This record gives sequence, C-alpha cells and structure tokens, in this order.
Amino acid sequence: MPASLAQVAQWLRADVLCCAHAMDRSIAMCHGSDLMSDVLAFSHPNTLLLTGLTNPQVVRTAEVAGIYGVVFVRGKRPREVMVALAEEYGLPLMVSPYAMFDACGLLFSQGLRGWSLCGPGQRP
Amino acid sequence: MSAGLAPEGGQPEFLRAFDIQAGDFAGAGNVSIAVKNLLKELGFAPEVLRRAAIAAFEAEMNVVMYGGGGHMEVFIAPRAVRLVISDHGPGIPDLDLAMQEGWSTATPEMREMGFGAGMGLPNIKRNSDQFQITTAPGQGTRLQVDIFPR
Ligand SMILES: Nc1ncnc2c1ncn2[C@@H]1O[C@H](COP(=O)(O)OP(=O)(O)O)[C@@H](O)[C@H]1O
Ligand SMILES: [Mg+2]
Repeated sequence: MPASLAQVAQWLRADVLCCAHAMDRSIAMCHGSDLMSDVLAFSHPNTLLLTGLTNPQVVRTAEVAGIYGVVFVRGKRPREVMVALAEEYGLPLMVSPYAMFDACGLLFSQGLRGWSLCGPGQRP
Repeated sequence: MSAGLAPEGGQPEFLRAFDIQAGDFAGAGNVSIAVKNLLKELGFAPEVLRRAAIAAFEAEMNVVMYGGGGHMEVFIAPRAVRLVISDHGPGIPDLDLAMQEGWSTATPEMREMGFGAGMGLPNIKRNSDQFQITTAPGQGTRLQVDIFPR
C-alpha cells in the first residue's frame, strides 16, 4: 500500500532535514539496508530507504537508484554537507529516533512492504 | 570503438570524458551523477538513465577503491548509451571470481561506506545489454557497458 513521505515522517516521529516541499511524494515500497550495493542491486524507483549509514554515498546512491526519500534510523544525523547535497538533488532526508527493526516494523504494520514482497517478479 | 552497438542503437559517437580520482571517497559518485544528468538532458528514457547511472556508479566506486583513478567516457547513439570506464590500476587477477556475487577484496573503510559486498561487477553486468571487461594483472581494467531502451 503506498503512502506519502509526510505520513511516513508522522509514523516514525521523524524530523525532516531538507526538501520539506517534496514530502507529498508517494512511495511504493521500502528498503532497509546499510549496504549501498544492495540498494543499487535490489531497490526500485519510488522507494523509501531506511539506513543507519550517514556518509555522502548514501545520498549519491539514492540519487542514482531513484530513491524517493531517506530515513536515518536510531536518531543518527548526517553532516551538513550531506544535507546540502540532498537539497541539491531534491531528496527529502528524515531522522527517526526508532532503531532499524522498529522503524521497519512500524511501517510494515501500516501496510508498507519491501521489494521482496511487492517488487515486480521478485517474490522469493 | 569496437563494433556491436549498431544496428540496435545506431553508430556510437564520443560525447564526453570525465576524470575519476583515486581514493576520493568523499567525492566518489559525482562523475556518475554528472553522466546521468547529461543523458537526461539528451532525453533518454528514465529506465535507461537509471540503469546507466547504477552501472556507472558501481564502476566509478571500483575505480576509486581499487583502480587507482581513471576515467569514464560517454558515447551515445540515437537509441543507445555506451560507457567506457578504464583505469591503469592493478587489474583483476581472477575475473571469474570477481564476477561472482559476494566476492570482494574491499577494506573496512570501503565497507563502512556501504560498498564491498561483492555485488558491483555482477550488478553492472545485469544492468547492461552488452557488457565487456578487459583486465590483466598490472594492465589495468576496462569496462564497456552498452545500454539500449528495453
Ligand atoms: N577497477 C578495478 N581494479 C582492480 N580490481 C577491481 C576493480 N574492480 C573490481 N575489482 C576487484 O573485483 C572485486 C569485486 O568487485 P565488485 O563486484 O565491484 O565488488 P566490491 O567492490 O563490493 O568488492 C573487488 O573486490 C576487487 O578485488
Ligand atoms: Mg565494487
């Protein structure tokens, strides 16, 4: 079930760090990972990425993979340069106090799914 | 320019070359995003842009991490994109092994950035419609990635 980024921010009690104007974007699925190569290999466009990594490669990976928004879990805040880069790409960044498992579980309980359950032709 | 792009895409033409800096972990990925933007301006379909950008990004990360710097050349044809990514680094001693998912010689620093899962080369191949890799110990590495609209 799709949801808007604004709705996600509310469910995850997340602060929005940039691109607040793009929070009406609708995401089709979620991907929780700290492995950027996995994101590049398995994620689809219009995906929300949840991650514990806060280096600039996360923002570049998101831009390259067509990710619609990024949630940093466990209250981790990216450095200012990274936020500036996301602003440049028009990529909304959020910080949630919840740890990875709980953040993913909260979104799953609201009906959101990952690529292995709702990606086209990718069901295990 | 090797053959193979025509007739599906037409005859490729050189467009631009970008330098990739060795060990520049902070800037790694900027070349691929510049290439994506260039192709976007030229009007390639989102699906082509996405596959080109993913292949370019993984290849760029490899040049930064292992290749000791190099460059990315962009060629275009009316219905195709060719990326040539080359470096003069150590080369890949066992290519069959390197092409396997999960095989990696990445350092802890690379893994901390979310790379080094051994998924790069297989994913570059998966996103390509034609893929060539030329490498030998001490001879550097050259990847040629052709992408046609699917
Ligand atoms: N340009 C390169 N020069 C030298 N070695 C490379 C290059 N690209 C890849 N390799 C080797 O191939 C391995 C697999 O690459 P890849 O599939 O991209 O996975 P990863 O980068 O996660 O290790 C690397 O760990 C490295 O040993
Ligand atoms: Mg790699």
